[in-house]
Amino acid sequence: MSTSLARLAERFTALLGPDGVITDPVRLRTYECDGLTNHRATPGVVVLPESAEQVAAVVRACAAEGVPYVARGSGTGLSGGALPRTDGVLIVTARMRRVLEIDIPNQRAVVEPGVINLDVTRAVRADGYYFAPDPSSQQICSVGGNVAENSGGAHCLKYGFTAHHVLACEIVTPDGEITELTADGPGYDLLGVFVGAEGTLGITTKITVRLTRVPETVQTLLAAFDSIESGGTAVSAIIGAGVVPAAIEMMDALSIEAAEAAVSCGYPPGAGAVLIVELDGPDAEVAHQFAEVERLCRQAGAFEIRIAADDAARALIWRGRKSAFAAVGRISPAYLVQDGVIPRTALPRVLGRIDALSAESGVRVANVFHAGDGNLHPLVLFDDAEPGAAERAEEVSGAILDLCIEHGGSITGEHGVGVDKSRYMPRMFTDTDLDTMQMVRCGFDPAGLCNPGKVFPTPRLCGEVPGVRKGVHPLVEQGKADLF
Amino acid sequence: MTAPIDSLAKVCGDVRAAGPEDGVLGAVPRLVAAPATVAEAAEVMRAAAELGLAVVPRGMETRLDWGLPPERCDLLVDTARLDRIVEHEAGDLVVKAEAGVRLGDLAAALAEHGQRLALDSPLPGATVGGTVATGSAGPLRLLYGSPRDLVIGLTIVRADGRIARSGGKVVKNVAGYDLGRLFAGSWGTLGLIVEATFRLHPMPAAAAYVSTVVPDPAAAHEAVQSVLHSPVAPSAVECAATPDGIAVGALLEGVPDGVTARSGQVNDLFGGGARVEQEPPAWWGGYPDGTTLIEITAPPTALAHADWLTGSATWSAAGRGLLGLPGDLTPERAAETLEGLRAALAPHKGGAVVRYAPEPVRDALDVWGPVPALSLMRRVKDQFDPERRLSPGRFVGGI
Ligand SMILES: Cc1cc2nc3c(=O)[nH]c(=O)nc-3n(C[C@H](O)[C@H](O)[C@H](O)COP(=O)(O)OP(=O)(O)OC[C@H]3O[C@@H](n4cnc5c(N)ncnc54)[C@H](O)[C@@H]3O)c2cc1C
Repeated sequence: MSTSLARLAERFTALLGPDGVITDPVRLRTYECDGLTNHRATPGVVVLPESAEQVAAVVRACAAEGVPYVARGSGTGLSGGALPRTDGVLIVTARMRRVLEIDIPNQRAVVEPGVINLDVTRAVRADGYYFAPDPSSQQICSVGGNVAENSGGAHCLKYGFTAHHVLACEIVTPDGEITELTADGPGYDLLGVFVGAEGTLGITTKITVRLTRVPETVQTLLAAFDSIESGGTAVSAIIGAGVVPAAIEMMDALSIEAAEAAVSCGYPPGAGAVLIVELDGPDAEVAHQFAEVERLCRQAGAFEIRIAADDAARALIWRGRKSAFAAVGRISPAYLVQDGVIPRTALPRVLGRIDALSAESGVRVANVFHAGDGNLHPLVLFDDAEPGAAERAEEVSGAILDLCIEHGGSITGEHGVGVDKSRYMPRMFTDTDLDTMQMVRCGFDPAGLCNPGKVFPTPRLCGEVPGVRKGVHPLVEQGKADLF
Repeated sequence: MTAPIDSLAKVCGDVRAAGPEDGVLGAVPRLVAAPATVAEAAEVMRAAAELGLAVVPRGMETRLDWGLPPERCDLLVDTARLDRIVEHEAGDLVVKAEAGVRLGDLAAALAEHGQRLALDSPLPGATVGGTVATGSAGPLRLLYGSPRDLVIGLTIVRADGRIARSGGKVVKNVAGYDLGRLFAGSWGTLGLIVEATFRLHPMPAAAAYVSTVVPDPAAAHEAVQSVLHSPVAPSAVECAATPDGIAVGALLEGVPDGVTARSGQVNDLFGGGARVEQEPPAWWGGYPDGTTLIEITAPPTALAHADWLTGSATWSAAGRGLLGLPGDLTPERAAETLEGLRAALAPHKGGAVVRYAPEPVRDALDVWGPVPALSLMRRVKDQFDPERRLSPGRFVGGI
């Protein structure tokens, strides 16, 4: 351990008590990666603060020593956003798990960052409310992590992402100050840029989330098609008819095969694709639109449609979809999960190209996707015992991202850039674009100590621009401009 | 030495000396440039940087007299000629438009495909750029949010004349920082917005406004709460002070049968006897009368104690209020009203900002009130505009 880390560890023990600091190498290793396990680094020191004041004290100490630090929630991130630094401090929010306030009349709750996503919903369900962002990892991921990644879920087609459900964040700035960012206060919407910044602008210590009224009705159907193309036709027809479903999910033959093997979900045999469509809202709206969706699916060639009669039947329909990632483990020794986005109208073209890529390279790709918003999760299968297979899979996975960019899409719809995709950022953005984004980072964190090395392939130097007067206008400093 | 007007004319087809009609709250610029393309806008901004000119962007002037006057204004960049709808892929429910496109024209183009940008535009003529720059939204904010929530991609020209993009043209996208949300409501102080890409929504097949009148804020609060916590899923819930009391209304959108059924439910929640109309009631979604406009932000329950909701005032259940003060109010009385309002809102963690006011009133007021995180805002501003040439002094804390 470097001398500055050793000094810090001592400082932290005084601040947080011995329970709040981990320096034992074996225990440190449990934090060496997040959900993306091919990037690993053992953190220099781990701290487990219990309050915003403690987080601020830790950040101030790091700033004074010039030591980098990384925040970590539940460590389920899939882009290496919470990858620690061997020369730095990992700030884990696992002991900040209190729901501080529930305010149903104002449809909001205030939680600490380590609170598990689903626990917010559990706390307000009896009142007829829930927290809308529903990443598949919602039983384990933290709200702080959701904020950092601007996480979404199957239902964000209708309800939006975490950014739309966070009203305010208390944050510890890289200066170690505690301040509040709000969506609608006077001044810049710093909250808007903080959400989704992957923990590079500060650490959130308290989050005010919006609560959503549980819909009166939920209706779910499963439609089986011969091919992905006819499934895609149904998706376009549904969206074209002006229906905004809560979710539209699609799986191809290979991913259905995997799901059958893993959880026996009993999807219609022989399906080349299945579509899950869920509608929710007021009874009268859902009844009408559901009939329309059913009709459009049949028109597009669905050979079987199953309608969930109750919650148990709905869970059965979702079971195959929800297990899809883990399930491919049944049909392949190893796999990569990709996360790319394309405009919905490009779905048939891009899926055709992915097929071709797969045929050319001999690498199997199972397709699972949020069809309503063009968010693809191709699962690239390979045998890690076979020399060169992992590299070939990487190549196919990267080529899929290129396809997304070529069709006007994005290199990530929900998993974030982290360390994993920073090298792809220049394919989607120009140097000026990236430089401009990093101007925000320079404003928040000029020393570049807060989760460095993530999101951007090359850091921007935040130094003073020579010959230019920095800082506030003299009038303001004199306290005059504020009063105008 | 070349005169600034000549330098600008070299890069932009429409440059002229400014007249008094081009003034921004009394600050009269020297020059007006109206670039016709994004590239031209970048050239204009680059030239302005070289010449050290202070720049204020102008759309259709619907809100140019909002905020504070710029301390300096050498060059007005008029976005009127940036008026192309760049791309509308109906199947993707996405549109990209240049900053000078008027919301009304955009709405007409989208309506042909049964789509809309779910933002109210109470001020006729408002442009895409101006709407994003001011972050303005109306009653639909309750369900659809404001520009921060609907912008999925943004092109800006920086103070140094470089073009930068963030986001893209897909709704689901977490690659890089979301500058769209940062620029929404930045009032021209961070850069020139030249293009915006929005997510769209299908035009509902049917709509109904269900409204009633109640005696006081407490009763309005009850009515609003009953709708918010019911399953009717309103698109908007609005209140307005009227001579007869407080009007409360809900907008329901959807399929015709659904809207009929839900209108009945809201009528019941309102205790019966509500009006059900296809068109908005006269008081719906407008700006209050008066020469001073105060915008209030507070959680929904602040309505229960909204004694200010009288005279010329409105309240949106999304947590926004607007209060118009009459022209004959003295600056001292206006300042007292504002301070009283802020004191009343403080327990709700609410705030009040003065959007516009006659100069003497403005001078007597603390326009913005307390601004949390102001020092961070200043640091971000310093990064984007180190020379302080973009709408200087127009925004919070002298930014
Ligand atoms: C099986 C599985 C399914 C998934 N499904 C989805 C899905 O459907 N949709 C989706 O969007 N994601 C999904 N994810 C990804 C992941 O769960 C989300 O990104 C989640 O929000 C991360 O939360 P976390 O608490 O695990 O964060 P971590 O992994 O611990 O951290 C993620 C990032 O957040 C930062 N961070 C954490 N806490 C804070 C804080 N308090 N302040 C500032 N920054 C902080 C970290 O530095 C890091 O950059 C899935 C992951 C798995 C393993």
